Amino acid sequence: MQIYKSGVVTDGVKHSMNPFCEIAVEEAVKLKEKKLIKEVVAVSCGPQQAQETIRTALAMGADRGIHVEVTGKDYEHLGPLQVSKIFAALAKKEEAQLVILGKQAIDDDCNQTGQMTAALLDWPQGTFASEVTLEGDKIKVVREIDGGLETIKINTPAVVTADLRLNTPRYATLPNIMKAKKKKIANMKPADLGVDVAPRLEVLKVEEPPQREAGVKVETVEDLVARLKDTGRI
Amino acid sequence: MAALFKARKVFASCANSCRRLSQLAELPETHQILRQTCRDYADRELSPIASRLDKEHSYPLKQIHELGAMGIMAIEVPEELGGAGMDYLAYSVAMEEISRGCASTGVVVSVNNSLYIGPILKFGTEEQKKEWITPFTTGEKVGCFALSEPGNGSDAGAASTMAHQEGEEWVLNGTKAWITNSWDASATVVFATTDKKLKHKGISAFLIPMPHPGLSLGKKEDKLGIKASSTANIILEDCRIPLSNMLGPRGAGFKIAMQTLDSGRIGIASQALGIAQASLDCAADYAHKRNAFGAPIGRLQAIQFKIADMAVAIESARLLTWKASLLRDAKKPFTKEAAMAKLAASEAATFCSHQAIQILGGMGYVTDMPAERHYRDARITEIYEGTSEIQRLVIAGQILKEYKQ
Repeated sequence: MQIYKSGVVTDGVKHSMNPFCEIAVEEAVKLKEKKLIKEVVAVSCGPQQAQETIRTALAMGADRGIHVEVTGKDYEHLGPLQVSKIFAALAKKEEAQLVILGKQAIDDDCNQTGQMTAALLDWPQGTFASEVTLEGDKIKVVREIDGGLETIKINTPAVVTADLRLNTPRYATLPNIMKAKKKKIANMKPADLGVDVAPRLEVLKVEEPPQREAGVKVETVEDLVARLKDTGRI
Repeated sequence: MAALFKARKVFASCANSCRRLSQLAELPETHQILRQTCRDYADRELSPIASRLDKEHSYPLKQIHELGAMGIMAIEVPEELGGAGMDYLAYSVAMEEISRGCASTGVVVSVNNSLYIGPILKFGTEEQKKEWITPFTTGEKVGCFALSEPGNGSDAGAASTMAHQEGEEWVLNGTKAWITNSWDASATVVFATTDKKLKHKGISAFLIPMPHPGLSLGKKEDKLGIKASSTANIILEDCRIPLSNMLGPRGAGFKIAMQTLDSGRIGIASQALGIAQASLDCAADYAHKRNAFGAPIGRLQAIQFKIADMAVAIESARLLTWKASLLRDAKKPFTKEAAMAKLAASEAATFCSHQAIQILGGMGYVTDMPAERHYRDARITEIYEGTSEIQRLVIAGQILKEYKQ
């Protein structure tokens, strides 16, 4: 992988499903197996490679897929705001009752898409979910927060984002991989949903962290304090 | 109208050939997803325990159950019988990734798929398939294949295990040697002589459940590698089975064995590819991290030449293996290609694992790194399911036959 001053070059880099999104797909499939939801639709925004990710979700048990094609410069600058607008538009179009996604993507670590999608839809949100229980037309979500665990009850339709301990994603079985071939993936562009993906952020620069320098050993605590004062650390 | 049909047929067969040729360059999407799934499983569940399984000689029971649940213990078996209903290219890809994580687990999967289920699927009656295949698709039961004897390995036609009929039973007597999965199996395909005068045309195949009166196991062999899979003698002393336990027609045993081994060779070639690839992964990673003479050793030509040779050996063997699989899937003759694949892949595995130790230097010689295990695991791939010498005879035989015409 190359890092240029203005971004990261992604040509030829293998794309795979974001681990937190895998957990989200698993949760959706589990809810369907418990017969609590009717249909699981797997959605991904991106270039042609995104189809493979959708197919993996289908192999895990999703019913159908939607690929929102975003390529070239648009894709390079695609960020949480643009993706949220796409998801919000799709959620309305598909009349979804629950949008479940990974809490954050491990390439940009933004942790914004779920929250923004809920805000755009004016839906309640249960983020950092480690447990999700459907109770009638409400959802009980146990959230992992800094202080411990918080339990909330939200109305549907809602947005939930998956945290690490929500579940352990299944390995796709061979028969399901074969069945996934026959499931449909619809193709569309952001414009079809009336979404403008023009970026609102400009990346000024991307740098590697500075090289780690050698440390210095000291003999006593007094030495340590003196050194820290000398270098202006304290 | 006739010309139109003919044109369509030609186009269809061209399209098929193009599809098959392009499959050599890049796997179809389903197979790519399968490869990634198996790779993820091997990385997370097999690689971390492979060293312990090797040291403790312990059978990967939990992992075999999990692989069974994924459909990997019966890849080619149709869905109605409980299998995954996929093709041999899928089997090859899955075998390579599983073996890359743990070669012992790989051989358990291969023997169950190719050597036990394989002949029953091809030569069994519908009742036999339901009874002897379906329970063996989930990973809860595995099977084995008993052809070799203490007195004959390569010389398979000289089977001295005898079977004679007594009323409504077959009675088997003899000893089979080097049987993989023997201590963990619930059934075996056994080859015994039913008509000594007919020599190799007098050998028949039988199905025996395990355990069974008259069937006992020898001690587990203490092997150089693939230690987590059990290898032992199967001893038959007045072992009685119903007449319906004969597999295929009387006297067809040798043919069944040879055809089964043709397919088995693709499985073992894939296992060897997995071991070879794991060796290359280990060596290339080390080449980046290990410094000598002021730079990572990957900068030195001596190391680079080794890495290149290893990569070429693996890729060529892989293409041969995929070609053999594609021919088999197209129901075309594949004996020559399967033998070439097994020969090339097993020699690639011993070469790559040898070079990996060389690149790792002293670290390659200790159990802290997996290189020494790959070296030990690789060695058997040149011996079982047809030694490299036998493969050369098979290949030469096929080629000389082509030239005779």
